[in-house]
Amino acid sequence: MNWSLPLFPTGASTMAGKVDLLYFVLIAVSGLAVAVISLLIIAFGVRYRRRAPDQVGAPVIPSLALEIGWTAVPLVVGLVLFAWGANVYFAQARPPVETLDVYVVGKQWMWKFQHPGGQREINELHVPVGRAVRLTAASEDVIHSFFVPAFRVKADVIPGRYTTLWFNATKPGEYHLFCAEYCGTQHSGMIGKVVVMEPNAYQAWLGGGAAEGSMASQGQKIFQDLACHTCHLDSGQGRGPTLVGLYGSQVGLASGQVVTADDAYIRESVLSPAAKVVAGFQPVMPTFQGLVSEEQLLALIEYVKSLQAKPQGTPATQAPAGQQPAAATPAAPQPRAPGPAGRNPGGDRN
Amino acid sequence: MDSLTLPRTHYANAEYGLRSWLLTTDHKRIALLFLGSISAFFLIGGLFAMLIRLELLTPPGDMVGADTYNKLFTMHGIVMIFMFLIPSIPAVFGNFFVPIMVGAKDLAFPRLNLLSWYIFMIGGLFTLAAIALGGVDTGWTFYTPFSTHASQSNVMVAAVGVFIMGFSSILTGLNFIVTIHTMRAPGLTWFRLPLFIWAMYATSLINVLGTPVLAISLVAVALERALHIGIFDPAYGGDPVLFQHLFWFYSHPAVYIMVLPSMGVVSELVATFSRKNIFGYTFVAFSSLAIAVFGFLVWGHHMFVAGMSVYGAMIFSILSFMVAVPSAVKVFNWTATLYKGSISYETPMLYALGFIGLFAVGGLTGLFLATLAVDVHVHDTYFVVAHFHYIMVGGALMGYLGALHYWWPKMTGRMYPDLIGRIAAVTVFIGFNLTFFPQFVLGYLGMPRRYHAYAEEFQALNVLSTAGASILAVGFLIPAFYLLWSLKYGKVAGANPWGSVSLEWTTPSPPPTFNFDETPVIAGPAYDYREPEAKRA
Amino acid sequence: MPDAAFDPRAVPGADAHAAALHSPALKHHFDDLGQQKEAATLGMWLFLATEVLFFGGLFAAYLLYRVWYPDVFGEASRSLDITLGSVNTLVLIGSSLTMALAVHAAATGQRRTLMIFIALTMLLGAVFLGIKGVEYYDKIVHHHVPGPSFHFEGPTPERAQLFFSLYFAMTGLHAFHMVIGLGLMTVILLMAWRGRFSATWYTPVEMSGLYWHFVDIIWIFLFPLLYLVDRHS
Repeated sequence: MNWSLPLFPTGASTMAGKVDLLYFVLIAVSGLAVAVISLLIIAFGVRYRRRAPDQVGAPVIPSLALEIGWTAVPLVVGLVLFAWGANVYFAQARPPVETLDVYVVGKQWMWKFQHPGGQREINELHVPVGRAVRLTAASEDVIHSFFVPAFRVKADVIPGRYTTLWFNATKPGEYHLFCAEYCGTQHSGMIGKVVVMEPNAYQAWLGGGAAEGSMASQGQKIFQDLACHTCHLDSGQGRGPTLVGLYGSQVGLASGQVVTADDAYIRESVLSPAAKVVAGFQPVMPTFQGLVSEEQLLALIEYVKSLQAKPQGTPATQAPAGQQPAAATPAAPQPRAPGPAGRNPGGDRN
Repeated sequence: MDSLTLPRTHYANAEYGLRSWLLTTDHKRIALLFLGSISAFFLIGGLFAMLIRLELLTPPGDMVGADTYNKLFTMHGIVMIFMFLIPSIPAVFGNFFVPIMVGAKDLAFPRLNLLSWYIFMIGGLFTLAAIALGGVDTGWTFYTPFSTHASQSNVMVAAVGVFIMGFSSILTGLNFIVTIHTMRAPGLTWFRLPLFIWAMYATSLINVLGTPVLAISLVAVALERALHIGIFDPAYGGDPVLFQHLFWFYSHPAVYIMVLPSMGVVSELVATFSRKNIFGYTFVAFSSLAIAVFGFLVWGHHMFVAGMSVYGAMIFSILSFMVAVPSAVKVFNWTATLYKGSISYETPMLYALGFIGLFAVGGLTGLFLATLAVDVHVHDTYFVVAHFHYIMVGGALMGYLGALHYWWPKMTGRMYPDLIGRIAAVTVFIGFNLTFFPQFVLGYLGMPRRYHAYAEEFQALNVLSTAGASILAVGFLIPAFYLLWSLKYGKVAGANPWGSVSLEWTTPSPPPTFNFDETPVIAGPAYDYREPEAKRA
Repeated sequence: MPDAAFDPRAVPGADAHAAALHSPALKHHFDDLGQQKEAATLGMWLFLATEVLFFGGLFAAYLLYRVWYPDVFGEASRSLDITLGSVNTLVLIGSSLTMALAVHAAATGQRRTLMIFIALTMLLGAVFLGIKGVEYYDKIVHHHVPGPSFHFEGPTPERAQLFFSLYFAMTGLHAFHMVIGLGLMTVILLMAWRGRFSATWYTPVEMSGLYWHFVDIIWIFLFPLLYLVDRHS
């Protein structure tokens, strides 16, 4: 029998303190409300208990002021709490511009991680302390939810789309990772840990390396193996548009719509290519549904990200799109816009 | 005062035989049919709860297998929600007392009322069949794509069962709305109605408007599971989260179906046991309607981490704060009613006071969940489990028990021993808090819900919770004994054992088949205790 | 419990008031026919509200996917037979007209006219279902029925299947409600033939009329949503 009685979780991210403060204020407000109500009930209950069998209560003297008062006060308190909560939530929902990207695939009943450098992990995620880490997550089967209590972070992982979450771990250590959306038999076994390391230790761990090379190079191999390069020529003269400089750019479609080439767009283009045909091109691309796994899709995305007109640095960093020069492609005449992965398939659907 | 005797003829003995019960159209008999059924279902749901709590005594999943555990919490939820809580007060006390409280001889559609019970039983049997055939393991929430593509359990049978039971709720709600609108006794204007009627009216609105959406959601799940039509399947361009929207559009208002009737009961109890008019009657009446309306606007707060846009989340969050306000208004008005009252502490009043305290905690923790930043952390953890049990058990169930103890003498003509009643009520209160308060702590610590096995450090709190559950179970079982005992050996209650001025206490206990010897004519407000001596039988 | 044979004076506790106004159609728990009719009408409107919400879930799903996949839904919609759909719309509107005339006939105590118009309503309803059957058969022939044999020419056939799934679910549910409506009409026809209705009491006719009009209105929404998507493209 484990007798330890923890009462409060460690906070190990930049958001934890903000969430906890809000939590404590909520406890204080609730505690105060319960205390006041309880004391009043007890006080009235004692003071006005029935003294004689036929005694009745006094007639009610209504008070509009009281009614309005105790309607307005909870409403105002509620609105303040709402605003504060929404404010912190905005920060939780918007990753910083500079993030270390890691890819997560959830499946019954394990978490698979891929680092851009190619390192793979199962049920364990190594991250450096003090850096914003952005997770792009996909599910292979049912809805899961990525939950790290110590970071106060959680996001559902949904099949058919990418979801993102971010955190900035502040303390080295090992922290629980739980699946928080019921997903079948071993739902409570779909757990692991996030290992937060000092920067040197993290570099050393990264150096331990990946047998298969970086995700981008894995993606390039898939790109060759599936013959994508036969249509998607770098020059843009092939049957398909060039992918150089594509990531994060605005793409004009045959339908007249303009969409952002983010993670979801690339995924959809591989699985349902006819859904968004680029202007000036024919809908001849076959679908690769069933031929690529979620992990391979993520590797392909990393590869496409790496295709810049000029080389930009290691795959482990993400350069803000604003620093990338415009690429000369027939299908994307507009200047690039920043391209974080959308929450829904297709950045145009919000 | 003369010694009290039971009336010679009343609704329960006016006719004899199984057929007279199974083919009755008397709303009071139908109420008892429901009482029997839901009590049996409550025991089943409670058994599942005990098994869950026993498993959770130790961190590893060592008592039952993982699939069995998943079925246990699923069926605990389905049975308790659809087969106990949703019908509970409306189908028993609403059926029994709505006609009497409006001065009518029966509900507007008595045969539809009986049909409602049969539909409930058929749906219930389907659900029990799902259990007997090996159970369902999707969670009571049936989330896709797990329920449509991955679950190997009896999803269809269970979905059909719940679908059928939904029609029972719809018919009950429809019956109440029409009765309250068209069959009020002369002089009984809307603002002279007891607050229980206002609560039943608001509940019925939700029943009628919300339940059909659950029905179509379950139809969609069944079609998807059987025919793979693609509506929730990403491979076809479908959206698994669409199911969540459809499901919660009903299931959030459903929680108000479960708690509003209890709030109505609490209004009755506080008025009767303080011998006073409810403070702010009009505000309490309108707050029921406000809860019903706002309750339809907040479903997205179950989906804050499901990938919703930030702006969508903000809208649902602010509305969720707003829906809390009418509930707060009720709590304040009940408290103010006690001021200068003449308060006694019989069993029903203990349940009413317990409701107020526990509902306050439950409702306030709802604010934690409405707060976006906090919800990200506590969503799908034991914090949520604790929150809704405070409302469903600490609130709705306590209200139900309060109603049972309050109206028992009217329905049966007998009193139960009040001392044991009070002991049971206190036992329930203590057991309840010990069971569920540690779960708030567990939730913030990060223990997810629906976990068969859990991290080591959560054990002590789980042991506390299970200990509480054992006490709670005892507290629930005690009334079964003394209530049944009272049927034969309890003191004869008389028409008005509590000294209440509500209409139902002016008829004999038990009431005659047609409720009133003469149609009552109402001349004053619902709770008028201005006479120097309260009426006694 | 029994209605037609009930004598309120014989049962203790019954209200003498009701006995005075006793008509064979008056149920014992109502004070008078006016209250009874008010109750029936409100009850039927509430039931129709539940039906709106029941269909509403499917409409919501359709709305979502129509917005997500406008092109595919447009193409799939254009594959529906607009002539048959339009004819069906007229047929159903016509049946609502005959139904309204039936209710009027009942209100004015014209038994034969009532029966004729109910029969016409049923006939038109049957025509509707017949045409629907033709359309469904056509779908089967063209492999537009969702399932293993589904086939749709176009770039994203799986999304077209979504359209057809919703098409069959929505029109199927509607047709199911029409069949129930025909059942109601049969009962009304029988009751009319037996002379149960009079100018004083014809509530079931009116309530069935409400139900029938509702089924018609659902189609009025289904038709443009399913058949008229991007028709001009």
